[in-house]
Amino acid sequence: MNNAVKLTLSWALVGIPLAWGIFVTLSNATKLFR
Amino acid sequence: MSFLDRSHTIAKPGFSRWLVPPAALCIHLCIGQAYALSVFNKPMSQLIGISAPAPGDWSIPAIGWIFSIAIVFLGLSAAFAGKWVEDAGPRKAMFAAALFFSGGLIISAAGVAAHQLWLVYLGYGVIGGIGLGIGYISPVSTLVKWFPDRPGLATGTAIMGFGGGALIGAPLAVDLMKMYATPSSTGVAPTLLTMGLIYLCFMLIGAFIVRVPASDWLPAGYVAPTQSTGLVTAENVLVGQAVKTPQFYLLWMVLFLNVTAGIGVLGQASLMIQEMFPAKFPHDTAAATQASAAAAAGFVGLLSVFNMGGRIFWASMSDFIGRRMTYVIFFVLGAFLYGCIPALGRAENLPLFIICYLIILSMYGGGFATIPAYLRDLYGHINVGAIHGRILTAWSAAGIAGPVLVNYIREYQINHGVAKADAYSVTMYVMAVLLVIGLVCNLLVRPVHERHHYKEDEVLVGGVA
Repeated sequence: MNNAVKLTLSWALVGIPLAWGIFVTLSNATKLFR
Repeated sequence: MSFLDRSHTIAKPGFSRWLVPPAALCIHLCIGQAYALSVFNKPMSQLIGISAPAPGDWSIPAIGWIFSIAIVFLGLSAAFAGKWVEDAGPRKAMFAAALFFSGGLIISAAGVAAHQLWLVYLGYGVIGGIGLGIGYISPVSTLVKWFPDRPGLATGTAIMGFGGGALIGAPLAVDLMKMYATPSSTGVAPTLLTMGLIYLCFMLIGAFIVRVPASDWLPAGYVAPTQSTGLVTAENVLVGQAVKTPQFYLLWMVLFLNVTAGIGVLGQASLMIQEMFPAKFPHDTAAATQASAAAAAGFVGLLSVFNMGGRIFWASMSDFIGRRMTYVIFFVLGAFLYGCIPALGRAENLPLFIICYLIILSMYGGGFATIPAYLRDLYGHINVGAIHGRILTAWSAAGIAGPVLVNYIREYQINHGVAKADAYSVTMYVMAVLLVIGLVCNLLVRPVHERHHYKEDEVLVGGVA
């Protein structure tokens, strides 16, 4: 496996859950402005 | 188990150093779940009653001790295991952190299933807390060695993960509890068990990915400084010597005061915004109370996002403007913003109030993320992980001092007839004063005297170079 594939997979592994967590949190935060 | 040894983790030529931050994030995104532990408070307080607390159910203060014990053991294990982490290398340390933290969650699941609170204290508090401490410091010195040109960015990325862990841990726990809940169960035990297993896999992947650079490796185009410049040393100081320097205690105070000012209001943020803006967060009907609580929870979520974002932003910025200047900004801007908040409350200016808090929380996170690079500047890279571990005791102390200070001052004000909306004014001014003291400590930091520098004939901690 070359470095580009390793880098993509490893950053996706941490990036996808983090993006999901930020999305859910910001979605809930919109209630603050209603 | 030799594959866990430092000698088996030395990177081969061609290994990309950008694989190391995701390895560190695998650990920090998991252990950061500790910040989201409060999502279990309500369901854990009605394990018997299910829909409402019943006789025999655990009280909220008793449940609150789980987090407090975990933070105390985080500080203790980071302080005492620091030398071992340097010696054993990042893979062994991450592996141990995975076993402790996930084991703690699984034991807590058993404690909840058996309704034995002491087992939860032992599981999440003691064993999980040890996993938190070892996990927190495990990637720090490795990242500093891989990124000698950008230590702030590197350690900031990892420590950002600790802030981000709550953003994942909270909704994950809520979704799992919804899935496992039945008419006779709140679903807490299977949720803890599932999270323990998920986090175990995730942390072990991090331990598998991590590598240490070869002893003669340097980034392409980077020339290691041979002369110390300002606070950035070209020398090294061992952990045993570092704790004998005044700089260590000044930085301990810098971290302690920065965290105390942030952690106290972070814990009270939901209540504070509702009490300071009663017109915008009404409680006159049950529906209004529910809507106000949801909006306040949104505010806390927003604070968490800035707490996380501030870690990477400020730590990266410190690579360009210097660590001392970064903390000068934290303390000067923080004291100014805390000083403004009472006036913003009186003027009912909610948008500016929110903006002030978001900046304050970004600097709270930034304080955590910049301290490893500050230590590396002052003490060199050899023992930076162990020294970082020792200084994290300031976090444990602030974890107790901050909330106690905020709660005590609020109670005192309310008991002396001050309206709830105004009860936080004194607290804000006290926080501003604490930050000014922090500013003085930061400005007193000077380069470490050469008598503390490591000399080639000394025996290294754990033989680590």
